[in-house]
Amino acid sequence: MLEIRDLTVRAGNFRLTGIHLEVPSGSCAALMGRTGCGKSTLLEAVCGLRPVERGHIRFQGRDLTRLRPGERGIGLLPQDCALFSALTVRDNLAFGPRIHHWPVSDIENAVETLASQLGITHLLDRKPQGLSGGEARRVGLGRALALRPGLLCLDEPLSGLDSETHSEILTLLQSIVRLHAITTLFVTHNPEEAHALASVTLRLSG
Amino acid sequence: MPPDAPCPSTSRRRRVPSDGPFFIGLFVLAGIYVALILAFTGADVLYLFRYDSTTDGAAGGWRTLRTTLASPEIAGSIVLTLVTCSISAILSLFVAVPAGYLLSRVRFPGRRLADALLDIPILLPPLVVGLSLLILFNQIPLFEQTLEQWSAAAFSWLTVINPDLRPGVTFKVPAVILAQFSVAAAFAIRTMQTAFDEIHSRQEAVALTLGCNRAGAFWHVLLPQARRGILTAATLAWARALGEFGPILVFAGATRGRTEVLSTSVFLEINIGNLRGAVAVSLLMILLALALIAAVRIAGIPRDLETTGRRAGYA
Repeated sequence: MLEIRDLTVRAGNFRLTGIHLEVPSGSCAALMGRTGCGKSTLLEAVCGLRPVERGHIRFQGRDLTRLRPGERGIGLLPQDCALFSALTVRDNLAFGPRIHHWPVSDIENAVETLASQLGITHLLDRKPQGLSGGEARRVGLGRALALRPGLLCLDEPLSGLDSETHSEILTLLQSIVRLHAITTLFVTHNPEEAHALASVTLRLSG
Repeated sequence: MPPDAPCPSTSRRRRVPSDGPFFIGLFVLAGIYVALILAFTGADVLYLFRYDSTTDGAAGGWRTLRTTLASPEIAGSIVLTLVTCSISAILSLFVAVPAGYLLSRVRFPGRRLADALLDIPILLPPLVVGLSLLILFNQIPLFEQTLEQWSAAAFSWLTVINPDLRPGVTFKVPAVILAQFSVAAAFAIRTMQTAFDEIHSRQEAVALTLGCNRAGAFWHVLLPQARRGILTAATLAWARALGEFGPILVFAGATRGRTEVLSTSVFLEINIGNLRGAVAVSLLMILLALALIAAVRIAGIPRDLETTGRRAGYA
């Protein structure tokens, strides 16, 4: 279970205070709220990218609050995907495993499996420039899943997509979340997306 | 009102003036400066190959160019220029990459002051930079000796290799490099800062979640993307070092065959009344500058950088 207790996070002049939430293990929670209320800031705090002033973040009983981002076992897909543009799609997917010194054969297997699941095998040797929005989401999702994280954080994963790609990626996310039985926290503005993907909806007021 | 009648508001609307005069005005004003650049660079070519009364036209121009550039002094000056500019550019990169990263990514106490200080070498009159280096090395004691004396002592072992060598900095080749580096590094830092600013910090944030520390994200994510920025910074530093004259004149002197680089060669040739020689060296410098401009244009600031967003401001 992901538990957040009495969390206070500061991002510049913006301050998010008194956040409590629980997401049961293996479930998908949609984090909703009006623009500027701090949804992305909360997601970044969970990932360890924003220092926590007060409170605790626990996942599966482990206190993540003071751990460094790479020690939390969290996969992140930012809003703009933030693919590593100097690397090929293959190297983007292999980035995490390489940093963790996985054996080469394991890295190759992980990349091939993810590429096949996400339907991006034909893109493996391309650079991220020129990928469509949907392709970039698939690659970003693969990179986030490569280290088999316990928790997946998605920041508006369906925003800015045309309707056809939107439904494709939505279906893909549904299947990935079910297949990996991974606890997922995703930020969205769209109640339909939340309804389609999430079993829990959390509203952030502020 | 009948359906085909013109809308009253449309019929009264004023005719929008053409954009032509606006663009003609812009082109004329910008063109004046472009024409000036072409005129003063072209003047050297015209002088050497057409209007120099002491030579017979284009053939004489080529002969002057050949003999000037082949003279031992100028040949030595070309070699020293290439060596010192390259060393200055490399040294500039060594400080530009870390300084550019710190200014672009890290909020630290005194950041604004450091940012302002970096403009000093850019804004100061070049002669003042040279004079300040001269004073620093020769007039300010540091543990009872000047920096010049310390540097001479530190490199005294060089006399074992070659007894004719006189270790030290002032009025020697190291002074040329230091004078070039002092100014060129500031330009390289600004270029690297811009290059890092253009790369969205979300990519480093993702790298952190994948197990990198800050250094890992820097090496594996940021630096590969900044490679063209690095190339641009090195090229600009090299070009800046090539054009440096004031600080070199004051700090390294303009000693023929010893601290003579191309900019000082032009000065020395004018001093001895050899205008043709000065123009020939100037043309070589123009060619080098054009080659560098072409290199910068080809390398450019990378197109693959994410220019749409500034830093996300992750802590």
